Amino acid sequence: MSASNRTIDAETVEGELLAFLAERVGSPVTPEQDLFSAGLVSSMFAMQLVVHLEDSYDLEIVGPELTLEHFRSVRRMTELVLRLSAGAESDG
Amino acid sequence: MSDEPALVKCLVWDLDNTLWRGTLLEDPEVALPDEIRAVIVELDARGILQSVASKNDHDHAWEQLAALGIADYFVAPHIGWSPKSGSVQEIAEQLNFAMKTIAFIDDQPAERAEVAHHHPAVRCYPAEQATELTGLAEFSPEVVTIDARRRRSMYQAGFRRESERESFQGPDEDFLRTLELVMEIKRADEVDLSRVEELTMRTSQMNATGVHYSDAELRALLADPDHEVLTVTLTDRFGPHGAVGVLLLGYHESVWHLKLLATSCRVVSFGAGSVLLNWLVNEAATAGVHLAADFRRTDRNRMMDIAYRFAGFTEDSCACLAEPDDGERGDIQFRHLVAEERPEPTTMRVHAPALARGEVAARSLG
Repeated sequence: MSASNRTIDAETVEGELLAFLAERVGSPVTPEQDLFSAGLVSSMFAMQLVVHLEDSYDLEIVGPELTLEHFRSVRRMTELVLRLSAGAESDG
Repeated sequence: MSDEPALVKCLVWDLDNTLWRGTLLEDPEVALPDEIRAVIVELDARGILQSVASKNDHDHAWEQLAALGIADYFVAPHIGWSPKSGSVQEIAEQLNFAMKTIAFIDDQPAERAEVAHHHPAVRCYPAEQATELTGLAEFSPEVVTIDARRRRSMYQAGFRRESERESFQGPDEDFLRTLELVMEIKRADEVDLSRVEELTMRTSQMNATGVHYSDAELRALLADPDHEVLTVTLTDRFGPHGAVGVLLLGYHESVWHLKLLATSCRVVSFGAGSVLLNWLVNEAATAGVHLAADFRRTDRNRMMDIAYRFAGFTEDSCACLAEPDDGERGDIQFRHLVAEERPEPTTMRVHAPALARGEVAARSLG
């Protein structure tokens, strides 16, 4: 993936995630919308979200980071992506 | 239990000079030998799915299979002019099967080599071996269950369901509601056990520990008052999905120990795993106990890891974990949860027995 040579900022990530989610959920999504409010957390959907973030932003999401709260809305996922990418940069 | 069962779940047939005698595009007619027909019928009865990867004109070849009266035996056929390695891969993906559970039979050494090159895990057989397949261990499941006998029709219903899902406009959850899903959770009896064993053998992605419980082990636990063996079936308006889950629970005073949770890959996208977990959390909340689930990472069960964590289970320690810890846990970890009431699912109805209430209280007093 070429994730490392493009800018990762909140606006870009949020826009990309909104587009991905709208397609996946089948209807438009807002940044603050609770994706799991209706109680449906299919393991498949969860897996797809995790893998999508990992592949798109060259991250590894493991252990305590893998909590529903971090994936509850587009805004939360954006925060997670920015936080984990910042960590990866300072490591390398 | 360490031996990984090497059963074939799907056999992919070449057509010309493998399934039938002759070449469809060159010969005036092709013939299906009786002994090949018998192999197809027998493998189907054993619950082994069969598909087709053939270089032919699709409609022409499919009409021929229909004329021979065997078209219904095949799922996800791939007939066209693309490389067979690609066809085999698409078949595996459509069925959600690992490559090591796929077998391929073709009279052409070059075709077998092409498939083997791209997919080393796929077992390849020359056409002359076709009539011997039913005698091979990898095509001979020890137990053939009710679900196995109707597996093919369940998969075919699954493809109809999937095509309706693809054409459905609107949120996924709305589509799930149109399916009229009903989950039934019941205490396993002797008859259910063979279905349970097969499920734990066939399900590696969604098995939280990678441990396979044998029929005898589960049978012994059936009689144990401190254990609960539950089977899960799912039905919708397209028909039954069959046995889709198994759950093995050990009762302790302040915690219920979830030793095994395996759900079928077929129903993952319906949220069956989370509905099941949420039901269990509600039962535990009512009983006033914590939950401790066994988890061991395998290279195939990341989805299960995510499912537990999204359901609120953590690696945090808790005093209650001393109760189920027998000191022989090896690399099996606990995932812990303080159970609190959860909302009812919005996408399916759940029929289930009340767990433990009264019985266990009485047991722990006695």
